[in-house]
Amino acid sequence: MTGPQFAGLQDGYPDYMRASIEKVEATRARRLKEGTLAPMSAEARAELLEAWHPDYKVDRKRDLSVGPSKGARMPHEVADLFEAYPTVDPDSIDLSKPDFDVSVLILGGGGAASVAALHAVYEGISPDDILMVTKLRHGDCNSVMAQGGIQAADRENDSPAIHYLDVLGGGHYTNKPELVRALVEDGPRMIEWHEKLGVLYDRVNGDYLEAHGGGTSRMRMHSAKDYTGLEIMRVLKDEVLNVGIPTIEFAPAIDLLLDEAGQAAGAVLFNLETEEQVVVRARATVLATGGFGRLHIQGFPTTNHYGATADGLVMAYRAGAGVIDMDSVQYHPTGVAYPAAILGQLATEKLRNQGAEPVDSEGESFVYPLEPRDVESAAIIRQCYGEEKGIETPSGIRGVWLDTPMIDEIHGPGTLKSRLAAMWMMWHRHGIDITVDPALVFPTLHYQNGGVEIDAEGATSIPGLFAGGEVAGGVHGKNRLMGNSLLDYNVFGRRAGISAARWAKANEPKGLSLKHVKTYVEELKSAGVGEDRTAPMILPDYRREAVTERRLDALH
Amino acid sequence: MADEKLTQIYIMGKAYDVPVGVTIMDAMEYAGYRFIRGAGCRSGFCGACGTVYRKAGEYRLEFVLACQEMVEEGMHLTQLPFTPAPRSDYTLAELDPSENVLLQHYPEIARCVSCNTCTKACPQEIEVMDYIQAALRGDVAKVAELSFDCIACGLCAMRCPADIKHYHVGQMGRRLHGVADLATPEHLTARIAQLDGGAFDGEMETLASASLADLKAKYAERVIEKVQEPEVATEEVAT
Repeated sequence: MTGPQFAGLQDGYPDYMRASIEKVEATRARRLKEGTLAPMSAEARAELLEAWHPDYKVDRKRDLSVGPSKGARMPHEVADLFEAYPTVDPDSIDLSKPDFDVSVLILGGGGAASVAALHAVYEGISPDDILMVTKLRHGDCNSVMAQGGIQAADRENDSPAIHYLDVLGGGHYTNKPELVRALVEDGPRMIEWHEKLGVLYDRVNGDYLEAHGGGTSRMRMHSAKDYTGLEIMRVLKDEVLNVGIPTIEFAPAIDLLLDEAGQAAGAVLFNLETEEQVVVRARATVLATGGFGRLHIQGFPTTNHYGATADGLVMAYRAGAGVIDMDSVQYHPTGVAYPAAILGQLATEKLRNQGAEPVDSEGESFVYPLEPRDVESAAIIRQCYGEEKGIETPSGIRGVWLDTPMIDEIHGPGTLKSRLAAMWMMWHRHGIDITVDPALVFPTLHYQNGGVEIDAEGATSIPGLFAGGEVAGGVHGKNRLMGNSLLDYNVFGRRAGISAARWAKANEPKGLSLKHVKTYVEELKSAGVGEDRTAPMILPDYRREAVTERRLDALH
Repeated sequence: MADEKLTQIYIMGKAYDVPVGVTIMDAMEYAGYRFIRGAGCRSGFCGACGTVYRKAGEYRLEFVLACQEMVEEGMHLTQLPFTPAPRSDYTLAELDPSENVLLQHYPEIARCVSCNTCTKACPQEIEVMDYIQAALRGDVAKVAELSFDCIACGLCAMRCPADIKHYHVGQMGRRLHGVADLATPEHLTARIAQLDGGAFDGEMETLASASLADLKAKYAERVIEKVQEPEVATEEVAT
């Protein structure tokens, strides 16, 4: 499908969009004077979600037919990977001579992995007795792309209890309470740790500049311009390098190893460049492999990094770890809808917490700008496809305006460019100045709300396997609030790292085994799952079909 | 991408027809490349996809991120997905900020000839040379401010005739500025003392044992804090 025809671009936008932009400009002064619409009631939220949120479409999901959480409902795209055969052949791989033998193996190279690795060191494990392995480079992850901020209840008018209520209500009371409690109580401690590491948070008059996020009742969003994730991640990576924790890049795990007693005992890695299998024996394993954004659930574009393909979930599930809340997917309300070259990339919620509001094709506001994300997304989808007040792009998708010029109107000229430098740059590269013109946005696949079930210490149902960050579920229930993912990976990365270190000191795996993989294969066969699918996916394939159809593996 | 218009680009010298209006990264995938290296966040934040190109008929090399830059007719390009740059380890707490520790750890910054090639190579439009000059003066606050948008793609270091590893200098400078120049806000320290003293334990226990109806009622009763701008503000964005 293609959208309206247009003759040319005016300051980055197709000329036909200018009439709608003029309506946005015409209503701006009135909207600024009147203030935003009020937040919705609980009933109105429920009704909106039911009618318009993608998670509430029942035919886009199915119940899992195999494994420890058999019967759990999840999107087809995820179930397809759970109901898939391993790439490792348990009968041909030699597990008797591991290539590496360490106390703590960290799977992943993002925020949770780095925090876990550092805390394993703080807990007394020698850095060279830890191994961090990752699919892409250390730091190529969703953590590095987070823009808006990190929540922590550290101001006098705030408290862990208020934060707790915000999280629980935002998650529709489906969160695991003990995880939420750990999240909010550790929050200020994590900020203090970052201070000691030299993370630079935005300040005003020497104090933190803290803001609201969608669904917060106190201003507790700490930010570093709109590079918050980058700033924290690069400091963590720098510290991992300083401490001397060995890291192998481009070597993702493809299956977990257990010992004879069913205890986690390491993993089989796959060297992406030499295509070798590598065996790692470990006393404790930390799963910090992130989420599933690159599965493009329901065809949505995504904000996620190239490697977000649910590998860790698949491996842990095969090894017997239960999952929770896998039916729930977070669509960020404001992904880029135009230009197409950056479709689905993140337009941070910080744009809204600094005053930009969503506005429809007629220049009218239609939703409180800081509803919890699922509600805000559903409202934008309804405005485009229910009210028919979206703006259609040349490639045929619809979006609404995010009225970014409001930010400088509210806070003074120059604010947007300094507080939202990354956002300004992103559109600037495509000829759009968001201090002058609004941005066109539509929801984009952003976050895996559920995941491997953990307890408050980061332990999974498999002894010796710990998990933290996006791969783990239960913290956010069915909906995560802005600023709680950076906090999550810090809090539960830390707890998983500490727990893994303690476990590694007291336990020794006896024998390495892939028996669980064979058992899982048997289960797949009995459930009648066809043998055409394998997992983990490792990387998505964006080559065009005309090329892949003609491919030949002639080098083998 | 219906009714695709195509344009010709050269990936490492080989010609491919790719759609108009897509990024270099998408164009390479369209051409049939499957990335292992050279693609990371795909949103301009991770620095994995540093790319060098030359436009048809031009002699000058341009430096960009493959995930952010659109293809152009006749573009000759290659990716530089890895920078073999040495990095100096340090223990942050043991550094003496009164010394010029950046110069001690990266003495090659003294070889800077102010050619500004680093700045021209920066896809983030950072004044790279200026922060190296600030590093030479020991002005870590300035290093932090100017280098803040760095994504460590490494293109500056690949271009530098003096073999300076700018992005490592910037990283060390930012962390040093954070610990040396910025005090931890008192309310954070006070909050941690409260947490250590169990000040919230009772309230948290009450919430943990509250019924769903009670929780919903408490949630509905929340008062949303009003945004108030300080009247006189000295803002330091992330520095």
